[in-house]
Amino acid sequence: MAKNPNRPLSPHLQVYRWSPQMAISIFHRATGFVLATAGMMTLLWWLSAIGGGAESYATFQQYVVSAGADGTVLQVASNWFFRLVALAVTFSFFQHLASGLRHLVLDIGAGYELKTNRLWASVAFVAAIFATALVALFVASRFLGVL
Amino acid sequence: MDSRTNIGRVRGLGSAKHGGEHWLKQRLTAIGNVLLTTWFVASLFMIPSFDQAALAQWLAQPLVAVPMILMIANIFVHARLGLQVLIEDYVHDDGLKFAAMALLNFYVIASAVFGIFVVAKLAFTGAPA
Repeated sequence: MAKNPNRPLSPHLQVYRWSPQMAISIFHRATGFVLATAGMMTLLWWLSAIGGGAESYATFQQYVVSAGADGTVLQVASNWFFRLVALAVTFSFFQHLASGLRHLVLDIGAGYELKTNRLWASVAFVAAIFATALVALFVASRFLGVL
Repeated sequence: MDSRTNIGRVRGLGSAKHGGEHWLKQRLTAIGNVLLTTWFVASLFMIPSFDQAALAQWLAQPLVAVPMILMIANIFVHARLGLQVLIEDYVHDDGLKFAAMALLNFYVIASAVFGIFVVAKLAFTGAPA
């Protein structure tokens, strides 16, 4: 008997590939973790530095924002670390927000059609990247004097 | 000890009425977070000065301190529910799972209480010298 070449194949490693719908699911978890740990710890440090007075806030600024020209090696390294954290937290915030809004729509039973589902998963990624870029440009021009 | 099966033991008792609790809380705090973090991010863009005295004055206002406290509480409840699912899905060893859940509870409760205390102290006693 001749084999029909058009018959459906079951999922296999050779046809398995990442789709936006799969990526957005794991990104939602990963970004949630980043926000709950790095994001919230930095926020609490900032709030307690404000509450702790001028000296306490100066320490926060030296380690997190900018150590200035006479900063120690540790402070400058810490500045760069927190710039990466800020970028990761900003992206995580917008990604988790867009993905979370998508989940709320899915929860009311809408958006499960294959093409619609794929489209909005992609839109959430694009929106998050766009918003992160916008914030990064704003911060770079207003606070870091880069632009 | 009785010799009935698990299903035999619970049959006829009805549901515990807690089935949807975690799911629903996660969504309600998510909606709360959309509102509160939108307020917070918008505020960050509108704060005129980022020096300590100006920030302390800003944070001590009732209309800033209250939403900030709400945001801290709401975020940590949401984070507790979300990270609980991560642990349940990825930590398979019973002992490790117990330890991870205990650590998670300590983390979110300690962090939330710390954050709320910091904001409340500033709002009630004013900015330190």
